[in-house]
Amino acid sequence: MTSVLDAQGLGKKYGRRWGLRECTIDIPAGHVVGLVGPNGAGKTTLLKLASGRLEPTTGAITVLGGRPAGTPAQLARVGFVAQDTPVYAGLTVAEHLRLGARLNPRWDATRARERVARLGLVPTQRAGRLSGGQRAQLALTLGLAKRPELLILDEPVASLDPLARREFMQGLMEATVEHEFSVVLSSHLVSELERVCDYLIVLVDSRVRVAGETDKLLATHHRLSGPRRDPDRLPADQHVISARHTDRQSTYVVRTDAPVHDPAWTVTQLSLEDLVLAYMDQHTAANRRATLEARR
Amino acid sequence: MIEFHLDAKSGVSPYLQLVQQVRRALRLGLLREGDQLPTVKEVVGHLAINANTVLKAYRELEHEGLVAARPGVGTFVTATLADTSLAAHGPLRLELQRWLAKARRAGLDEESIEALFMTTFRTTAREDIA
Repeated sequence: MTSVLDAQGLGKKYGRRWGLRECTIDIPAGHVVGLVGPNGAGKTTLLKLASGRLEPTTGAITVLGGRPAGTPAQLARVGFVAQDTPVYAGLTVAEHLRLGARLNPRWDATRARERVARLGLVPTQRAGRLSGGQRAQLALTLGLAKRPELLILDEPVASLDPLARREFMQGLMEATVEHEFSVVLSSHLVSELERVCDYLIVLVDSRVRVAGETDKLLATHHRLSGPRRDPDRLPADQHVISARHTDRQSTYVVRTDAPVHDPAWTVTQLSLEDLVLAYMDQHTAANRRATLEARR
Repeated sequence: MIEFHLDAKSGVSPYLQLVQQVRRALRLGLLREGDQLPTVKEVVGHLAINANTVLKAYRELEHEGLVAARPGVGTFVTATLADTSLAAHGPLRLELQRWLAKARRAGLDEESIEALFMTTFRTTAREDIA
């Protein structure tokens, strides 16, 4: 199966600052991929590189086997819903659909019309008069009617109220069952992605910390707590993600393919949110150390 | 037809929650042989979850011999769980009550009893898997 997104040493520099660096990932097709990380971590940069809205400074990226936005055919295969699901405020719902039909060679007019009807959007309504949730649904409708093989969404629900969020995700997930396509969507909240994603990329401080199928990530990460122990006394196959110590107790989050049998540890499973936080914690811990060393 | 729901705070993975809800419905007689489970699209649209979560749950139920998929039609219940183990509940409860009394006589308070039960339960469960 071809990769939906393949990046090798991918980097993007804005002036002197790296927006994304040393990004190497290979995501198989057929997933709903969640891209998660704090604000400013590089999520939008990666998504813009994937949709051809930015050119890489270093490395290479292919999407569905082709160069992003390299050819008109490639453009037609990838849908992109930008942050805050923008639409043209002055155009009506129907005009959006007509515009979509004009601009997209693979446009599915029936799908677009049916979806608009099902959502109860009035075709003569100007997009500027729609609610935030309706605007997001219109943007999603345009993205779906394009019949993409990959749909990229940048923080699609960040500005929506909880009900609109849920309705948006319901519509998106339903569409993935109806029409087979891959999805990459970003959020700074794990809780939003936890249910919908089966593949996760954690981006912190312009670097990919971890990427993989969520099931596999959850199965290979464990929290160990027990009597205090130094990290160099852990088995070599237990890769430490985060560590906390008191004078008597140690709590580790480790990644390992083997089961943990050491009776000294109480082993607990992590939620996806805990897992992501452990990777972010690793980053802040490293930062704290760096600051301390700098002060010396 | 049953409707699924998810408890985000339970700590149980969504796929397992779906499996458990079908098993529970079978045990309670809410689902009977021949009944259809909601389609993947229905569940996904209702709960806003990944389709693979539902597929995994249905595969697991199929593996357990509780349901069968008819391609292009849907997933149907093929077995029943009601009453099969109910008869065993009484004697087991009696044994458990005796054990609890013994634990209290030995000086264990409620929390200690729960901790002892849960660690033993988990260890045995893990050994069963291994």
